[in-house]
Amino acid sequence: MSFLKRLKEKFTAQTDAVTEKFKTGLEKTRNSFSTKVNDLVKRYRKVDEEFFEELEEILISADVGVHTVMELIDQLKDIARTRNIQDTMELKSAISETLAAMLRKDDEEGALALQNGQMTVILVVGVNGVGKTTTIGKLAHQLKQQGKSVLLAAGDTFRAGAIDQLEVWGERAGVDVIKHQEGADPAAVIFDSVKAAKSRGVDVLLCDTAGRLQNKVNLMNELEKVKRVIEREVPGAPHEVLLVVDATTGQNAMSQAKIFSQATNVTGLVLTKLDGTAKGGIVLGIRHELDIPVKFVGLGEKIDDLQAFDPEQFVYGLFMNMEEEEAE
Amino acid sequence: MAFEGLADRLQSTLQRIRGKGKVTEADVKEMMREVRLALLEADVNFRVVKDFIKKVTERAVGQEVLKSLTPGQQVVKVVHDELTTLLGGEQSKLAVGTKPPTVIMMVGLQGAGKTTTTGKLANHLRKKLNRQPLLVAADIYRPAAIQQLETLGKQLSLPVFSMGDQVSPVEIATKALEKAKAEHYDYVIIDTAGRLHIDEVLMEELQQVKEIANPHEILLVVDSMTGQDAVNVAESFNEKLGVTGVVLTKLDGDTRGGAALSIKAVTNLPIKFAGMGEKMDALEPFHPDRMSSRILGMGDVLTLIEKAQTTVDEEKAKELQKKMRDMSFTFDDFLEQMGQVRNLGPLDQLLGMMPGAGKMKGLKNVSIDEKQISHVEAIIKSMTKLEREQPEIISASRKRRIANGSGRTVQEVNRLIKQFEDMKKMMKQMSGMMKGKKKGGFKFPFM
Repeated sequence: MSFLKRLKEKFTAQTDAVTEKFKTGLEKTRNSFSTKVNDLVKRYRKVDEEFFEELEEILISADVGVHTVMELIDQLKDIARTRNIQDTMELKSAISETLAAMLRKDDEEGALALQNGQMTVILVVGVNGVGKTTTIGKLAHQLKQQGKSVLLAAGDTFRAGAIDQLEVWGERAGVDVIKHQEGADPAAVIFDSVKAAKSRGVDVLLCDTAGRLQNKVNLMNELEKVKRVIEREVPGAPHEVLLVVDATTGQNAMSQAKIFSQATNVTGLVLTKLDGTAKGGIVLGIRHELDIPVKFVGLGEKIDDLQAFDPEQFVYGLFMNMEEEEAE
Repeated sequence: MAFEGLADRLQSTLQRIRGKGKVTEADVKEMMREVRLALLEADVNFRVVKDFIKKVTERAVGQEVLKSLTPGQQVVKVVHDELTTLLGGEQSKLAVGTKPPTVIMMVGLQGAGKTTTTGKLANHLRKKLNRQPLLVAADIYRPAAIQQLETLGKQLSLPVFSMGDQVSPVEIATKALEKAKAEHYDYVIIDTAGRLHIDEVLMEELQQVKEIANPHEILLVVDSMTGQDAVNVAESFNEKLGVTGVVLTKLDGDTRGGAALSIKAVTNLPIKFAGMGEKMDALEPFHPDRMSSRILGMGDVLTLIEKAQTTVDEEKAKELQKKMRDMSFTFDDFLEQMGQVRNLGPLDQLLGMMPGAGKMKGLKNVSIDEKQISHVEAIIKSMTKLEREQPEIISASRKRRIANGSGRTVQEVNRLIKQFEDMKKMMKQMSGMMKGKKKGGFKFPFM
């Protein structure tokens, strides 16, 4: 009867501490990644070409991306040379430092740009199957918990069952959903939703959109139109455009980030499904090349499994085992 | 256009060597570095890349290439051969049970496209193989997953078996099989919930469903955009369930799709189908040899021809050829031609399959406006029968009426008539050229 247990879990509020959740969610990631680095450091006593080659492989296997990896390796080689590091143990902390530096930058934009005394409009975009609707459900719950009034716009009029799916999430989070028929013009749904949100005076309007592959020009145009409707109806909006990225995605996530940004000016990423074994290393490259910050991470299927992204914690999670062993 | 990135990379690397008369070992090494980068950027698992490079280098440095008169081409051949082998040699078909129903179980991570693929597969079985499938909604976890499958079933006019989301998947599968046996369905396709390969509770549930359903095929649905982790996912699912094949989805995106190579190389599971779009007929059998040609930028003509054969009526094509020769081609024929070409699938996908299309600069990012085609259709449909047969009678007032009727402008009507006449002229020239050549080989008058 495992399914009943799961259903129960879904509806009972979890009280786990945030950090704990983050830790368990990242367990797999952390284990495989840092075990490998540890292993490497032990096997190679000396910092040499072979050591770097294998480090390169470890990073590539985390989906960090060849270009970013090569840059990282070059930086590390520089560090090793200038600080005259020959022992691999000494280079270990340099590895985590360099990675953290790439993710951190000036991090004032970690939180959502919620407007004061004015409605905040958040547009959620992404390719098919990354978890947009689920993320919206979790986000609605989170905002509701913070005492905000929230309205959802069922802008995915294309995929079968998408509207029903959002409605279920709306019920769970206790927020209303504005919807049209399946197959309706998404821009019209968003238009009506903005009107409704205004007249109800809600704090946050979350707009769902249909998943689309970024190379479908017509669909990207449709998305631009949706954004224009929002811009026209609410000056300054959308205040956030969140691109949802599946952590299992490889280098294509870079193309997603680039093209979705061109169409909708993405302000932040949501990295979903990080509770699997995928490492989501592409986030490093996206941050580095396009300077788009990660704002949330999805760590499970339950309604409170969405956490604010903390770069420190992310890197800490990745390297926790390493640090512990060093301390011993 | 899938894999284009990889094709581009390899092509520019190979271009440099192609012109050379002789290849040195150093050349091969340099080229292999490029190939390695390209493969890694394409998300091919690094272990697989290593093996691949080793194999190709061995063959390239060996007798085969160095002694060849056209070493550049020889390298292309070696890379192509190895890629094809890696992708799976021959094409693999769906298993069929000795006694109906044949049971197919769909498994995979969340968001890979299981439900959509279930619909497409059912459509494929119904339309292409003329079999009666029963769809089974066993995803009780994701909100509205059952509704999604039911909606797809309605769209395809195919039956969907569901018991709501309060019944265990094992029970759903049991009841569905009973029904399928009693009502003589040929296939049962079980859509299961997406789950992480490391979720032991849910993986166990799949094992239970497997025990009950005794499936002939367990298809792992994998997003073609998956990165290095594809290998872990495929390995875990295979280990726990004994997967029989892979369906690669979202291949109509711009991903380089290295996951395909990785999965095949590591698990040796055959890739049986490829999802090529959001429409229900956008499911194609996976052809490793063609895919490998596509990787190397040699186009995918075979798929195109196969598509044409299933959609273009042989008789009609012959009749058309005759019409072209004696200039009796009318707007009605034109309309029909357009319909047939459209049946082949979205036009930008067709372009992707044409050899060399990826290389033409102008074509690379072109997206063909399907709307414009609808406009043309609207204009022709607003003509009277006589006008379609004898376009020369279309006077200014007729043009105005046609424009009004189709919701387009008079200019557009003019343009279309002009284009039509140019086309007719061109056809006359072409059929003149073709006379004497073998007949019946002309399949695409419209393109």
